[in-house]
Amino acid sequence: MRLFVNITLGGVAEGLIFASVALGLVLIFRATSIINFAQGAMAMLTTFIAFSVLGKGVGYWPAFLVALACGLLFGGVVQLTLVRPVQNKPPLNAVIVTFGLLILLEGVAGAIWGNTNRGFPAAFSQKGLVVGKTAIAFSHFDIFIVVAVLALSILVGVLFRFTTIGLRMRATAFAPEVARLLGVRVGRLLTLGWALAAVAGALAGLLVAPTSVFSPSYMDLILVYAFTAAVLGGLDSPLGALVGGLITGLALAYVGGYLGDSLQPIGALILLIVVLMIRPEGIFSRPTARRV
Amino acid sequence: MIKIPPLPSWVRLPRQPLLRHLLFAVVGGVFFYFLTQSLSDFNNFELGELAVYAIAIAGLSVLTGTNGQICLGQGAFVAVGAYTLAELEVHQSINLALQLLAAAAMAGAVGLVIAVPATRLRGPYLAGMTLLLALALPFLSDKYGNFFGGDQGLTVPPPSAPASIDPVKWLTWIQLFCALVVMLLLANLLSSRFGRSFRAVRDDEVAAALAGVHVARNKVIAFVVSSACAGLAGGLLALSSGVVNTGEFPLSLSIFILAGMVLGGTGSIFGAWWGSILVIYLPNQWSQSLGNTFHFNHLVSANFAVIAFGAVLIVMMLVAPSGIQGGLRWLGRRLVTLSTPTEPAGNISVSLQRATEPERSHDGSEAEHPPNGSGAG
Amino acid sequence: MAGSVFALVATGLTLAGSAGAAPTTGVTKNSINIGATVPLTGVAAPGYDEIAPAMNAVFDWVNAHGGVYGRKINYNYVDDAYNPSQTTTQTRKLVLQDQIFATVGSLGTPTQLAVQGFLNSEKIPQLFVESGCNCWSNAKYPYTTGWEPPYTVDGKVLGAYIKSHFKGEKIGYLYQDDEFGQDVVKGLDMEIPKKSVVSRQSYNVATLAGPMTSQMSALQSAGAQVVVLATVPAATALALLPAYTLGFKPQFVLDAVGADPATVGPLLSSFTSAGGGSASQASAAVGLLDGMITNAYLPAENDLSNPWIQVDRKLLQHYAPAVWKKYGLDGNTEYGLGLAYTFVQALQKAGKNLTRQGLVNAIAKFGKNFVTPGLVPLGYTKKVHFGFQGDSVVQISPSASQIVTPNGSFPGFTTLAGPYVTSPGKGPVEKYTGKTSEPPAKLRKTA
Repeated sequence: MRLFVNITLGGVAEGLIFASVALGLVLIFRATSIINFAQGAMAMLTTFIAFSVLGKGVGYWPAFLVALACGLLFGGVVQLTLVRPVQNKPPLNAVIVTFGLLILLEGVAGAIWGNTNRGFPAAFSQKGLVVGKTAIAFSHFDIFIVVAVLALSILVGVLFRFTTIGLRMRATAFAPEVARLLGVRVGRLLTLGWALAAVAGALAGLLVAPTSVFSPSYMDLILVYAFTAAVLGGLDSPLGALVGGLITGLALAYVGGYLGDSLQPIGALILLIVVLMIRPEGIFSRPTARRV
Repeated sequence: MIKIPPLPSWVRLPRQPLLRHLLFAVVGGVFFYFLTQSLSDFNNFELGELAVYAIAIAGLSVLTGTNGQICLGQGAFVAVGAYTLAELEVHQSINLALQLLAAAAMAGAVGLVIAVPATRLRGPYLAGMTLLLALALPFLSDKYGNFFGGDQGLTVPPPSAPASIDPVKWLTWIQLFCALVVMLLLANLLSSRFGRSFRAVRDDEVAAALAGVHVARNKVIAFVVSSACAGLAGGLLALSSGVVNTGEFPLSLSIFILAGMVLGGTGSIFGAWWGSILVIYLPNQWSQSLGNTFHFNHLVSANFAVIAFGAVLIVMMLVAPSGIQGGLRWLGRRLVTLSTPTEPAGNISVSLQRATEPERSHDGSEAEHPPNGSGAG
Repeated sequence: MAGSVFALVATGLTLAGSAGAAPTTGVTKNSINIGATVPLTGVAAPGYDEIAPAMNAVFDWVNAHGGVYGRKINYNYVDDAYNPSQTTTQTRKLVLQDQIFATVGSLGTPTQLAVQGFLNSEKIPQLFVESGCNCWSNAKYPYTTGWEPPYTVDGKVLGAYIKSHFKGEKIGYLYQDDEFGQDVVKGLDMEIPKKSVVSRQSYNVATLAGPMTSQMSALQSAGAQVVVLATVPAATALALLPAYTLGFKPQFVLDAVGADPATVGPLLSSFTSAGGGSASQASAAVGLLDGMITNAYLPAENDLSNPWIQVDRKLLQHYAPAVWKKYGLDGNTEYGLGLAYTFVQALQKAGKNLTRQGLVNAIAKFGKNFVTPGLVPLGYTKKVHFGFQGDSVVQISPSASQIVTPNGSFPGFTTLAGPYVTSPGKGPVEKYTGKTSEPPAKLRKTA
């Protein structure tokens, strides 16, 4: 029983981390219909910046804010310089550009900071909470992850549903030409979408680093599972990213815990195929009319 | 402006696509024969690998470029092919040609299993599923280590060459021969009615279905063809690497194949060669020698190849969005319009373009969607 | 056509040129070209990318002091990203294009297995492969040689110690589910009675993205009092994190592969430091390693009175200042230096007239007496191509002097027992009573 509880809690923590990366993917997909495969690598870079800032002895929270600010700037710059030129090209071009960026950023991080494994401090203690007399696999830092990821998904939801900017973003993603005719400054909104997604990514990077081994490639596997989570939940749904992340995290934990680690990716694949068989565009996708 | 005179009519290439493709394959064969004679052992080895990746890229190009399905998991099928050949080598020694066919067939069969759910999915959803496939499949060899050899893998001896021929060259010839045959078959497939229905499905599924194309079946066929190509590539790769184990099929393999396809020119079979040169040759050779030329500190030089490769992927997509083959075509067209504005046909660059891009060959039936199978789906 | 004719003429000339003197490929009057494939980028790069640059410190020292029989050593190590396909291509490039004499210190089991056949068929020495696989001592591949103790030997030495010092306690394993982890477990199982092992957990290094909560929780639930980790350094950290979260404090016993405090310490230091680590918090956090038992076949980095450690530190400072500044003397750089000393001696013993066969013969004939930092002698004979034959059992201890590197201060080692020698097969684990070697006087004086 204790084992089951701990496996479940481990799965929830892992799943929320997938969700935090998946939220960034969903944000970008909704704003620009592009899958950003560099989402993890961009988060890696901002986390390394935070790491350097931490080394200056300024304390955790200033470094935390610096990473988020760098994310905002970085996301905007990437959209303006690299993504805008391929925005209206075949979708695969954007895929290759973001893959190229992923490879480039990992190389740059390796050249600056070295391909070394490091530790990265957590915002709060990673000592497990004590229930009754035993510690469970859920720490103060895991609570912080829950709060941060929930807040992030609510913010994204509110942004899209209740604010003018969010409304314009949705309009832009749905029909850029119409939006442009209606006076929406499409270009700026796309940049903003990327910038916000990169902030979400920067947050994810800071959440992942303390629970993993921090190196230039530490987000690679997380990105694959986060993409799985986003697809599972429906690529245009923030709620889907959250639920998809949790499902993926739990599935991986149970498969790993009871069947063995080597079957984890296969378990995730089978889960994804089954879900997509029932709902080809993810659990929370809204039924869209097919254009004829 | 350079003026290119129109070629006399007797130099024109055959109008029959089959014959034209055969001619290209034969010319390619002769070219490669002399090329392998003048190259060093190592360059021949690399040329062989180039051919192997070109096969996997060309297959993907049919799937993505012609049929419109985005697959990020080509590496998984390469793995299936490689393991099939290695298992046959371990358990049942049969003729090499049969082993390679089996590698392609097994990958095609796995492709069929995956294709059935895959064809229901659109763009990014299919991409997500195939990416996970590429991650997951090699783990089967860890889980069933007794059969697949685990992380140590299975050893594959190099193919035994006739006594008079250098073994490295022999392997390169086998790989080049397979590449030419595959490309010949793919080019013919694309100019057949299958190719036309592939494109119809890519352009508009509903319209294709209305015109009598069995959409799902077409997508499955394209998927199987693509994975069989990857399987053959995997079998050939096993021959050159001498061992098949999990570590050889990381996610990056699938990404490199995809990048090779886009960089070469999505949908172009000839473009697979350019793509293969860029993704296989570039990281191994150019950037390493370039990295050695400058005297970076060891952190930078260790990562230089990675940085250069990432930068090339981005820059290529920004300056040549339709890939190298697309860029060459554009250049060719520019030259043609500049030199012979009144007579665009009958020029060698146009003929080349038509030969390497079957989708533009006007065989008289481009406009109609021929019925494929009985039902409309 | 003209091109191929030219190529034929060129080939003819080369053949005529080489027929006369018949020198060994990669060896000239004043140089020896050797190569290696190592992970400089990708998942396996952390830690392991330090080894080859550290080896170069030894070669640079040798070259600065006249080389070996007047020949300077050129060490060309290239990146294979731990991907066997890239190992294949890069090794062929080293052999066919760069014309190396031998590979020295290439890293990894799956990667080097991929080229074992090729190198042996070309009769090129594949020396001192950086892996403890049993597969490097194989009569089919006479040109291949290992260096570190086989993983099974590690397992047997640790197993024998556990059996005699933790009688009646419940034992648990957490091992990497590949040849490394399985071989360590094989060795453990030869010594530890089956019935005292209460839980066997494993992980797959390629799926490792977060803490190993389920494995540690299972070991805790099974009541394991002694937990053996056969893990790479990153996995050691990801195993110790959930143990810390769960308040699980068994006696940890680590295989040396994942036990170097200077490598694992920086990973752990952040786990217990919430809200940003001040220096004092960081050093307290490394306390997670305190009391852990592990095996060692090289002198401890914190033993500054050991002459080998003194030489190692001086060599890195003077001949690889970039490595010294970045990593200092940690488990990885010490490994590289030790391996390079071994190779230089093999060259010396192979004599002035250097050939590939001569080098392999020299290792078989004189290898047992090579002067190395090893705590036990190398085991080379004509048949045995394993390196070190055993280990000491050591403990990471807060009372020992610290290991100081540019990345922080970490608890050092104290010796508990040994050194022991044994074979990877059925043979018993015996105490080694012979002497350990001292560094040559010339090296001590001029490093």
